[in-house]
Amino acid sequence: MTASQSPRQRVVDLAFLDARSKLIDLAAFLDRVDRHPGSEDYRVAALKSALVELSGNEPDRARRVLEALSDPTEEPAPRAETQGATGAWRPPETCSPS
Amino acid sequence: MRYIEPHGHMVSRTTDDYLAMVTAGCKAVCEPAFWAGFDRRSAEGFYDYFCQLTEHEPKRAAKFGLPHFSWLCLNPKESEDLALAADVLALIPDFLDRPNVLGIGEIGLNKNTANELKVLEQHIDLAVSRDQLILVHTPHLEDKLKGTKLIIDALLNHSGTRPERVIIDHVEEHTAPLVLDKGFWAGITLYPESKCTPPRAVDMLETLGADRIWLNCACDWGVSDPLAVPKTALEMKRRGHSGDFVDQVLYRNPHRFLSQSPNFRLQEET
Ligand SMILES: [Zn+2]
Repeated sequence: MTASQSPRQRVVDLAFLDARSKLIDLAAFLDRVDRHPGSEDYRVAALKSALVELSGNEPDRARRVLEALSDPTEEPAPRAETQGATGAWRPPETCSPS
Repeated sequence: MRYIEPHGHMVSRTTDDYLAMVTAGCKAVCEPAFWAGFDRRSAEGFYDYFCQLTEHEPKRAAKFGLPHFSWLCLNPKESEDLALAADVLALIPDFLDRPNVLGIGEIGLNKNTANELKVLEQHIDLAVSRDQLILVHTPHLEDKLKGTKLIIDALLNHSGTRPERVIIDHVEEHTAPLVLDKGFWAGITLYPESKCTPPRAVDMLETLGADRIWLNCACDWGVSDPLAVPKTALEMKRRGHSGDFVDQVLYRNPHRFLSQSPNFRLQEET
């Protein structure tokens, strides 16, 4: 970091390689999933949907990605089917019959 | 550098962690009651845990010169069983007078169920009636946004809630503004994969202001880092923030919130 650096340049210098690495990891993850036959997992579908938030120039991308992966319903659930969370909301119509 | 770790599950950590935290500048650690990783089967199990949080763990921390404080509750992961919850809630009042107890926490929601909400409301009522601070856990991942909204509604629906005495923890970019806009404090948890990273935490401090925010590591029995808070100071300094700003976020902010409890007293160090 130098005194003449602009703040914008400074944040790019600090974090670009980390961001680049994470982007390639994400691409490799999607390739890895696709090397195996089968239908699309709801979590991977949610990840791909959220990716569109990165391509524009609007601010608050992190907030919009988090919202895209969130349960959009508002009423309390009647009961807990599980104690854990998976990282993406599963729309009811894609649940497999049990 | 000095800092306060306002949220660490130290019963799950080793003495090496205590040593590392003190060496990094930790001046106090606060431990909310938590899920053990499995469901406790009886109220007696909780009684023993509350004794551990209020008797044994402070002694363990004291061996490293570290003041230890605790918060008491039934964790939302164990709130589905309303009969057990009632038995555990009945135990808590007797522990509130113990000298290291700061308040009720970490209460909140997990899967946002009707029963979890009932038990949350009972905890809020207990905290208000005993004039206790409140520490709130917000749900994980896809459940966080909905749960945070339900929690804020439950808190504001109680006429005795004073937002400045409530910290809502584990906020991220989509929930922090909701929490701060209603006058609550917000906790940012530095925890691998499921919560927040140091760069994102500093982004939130830069965009939302640092007035009512604290940082914590929430280290527990899972993959977590008891030094995540001091490591985030490095990220602040890399971006050009002053030592005074670091001290405000890591020490003076948690000190200001926690000092609303008469039990939170430190030997001040400069
Ligand atoms: Zn916790």
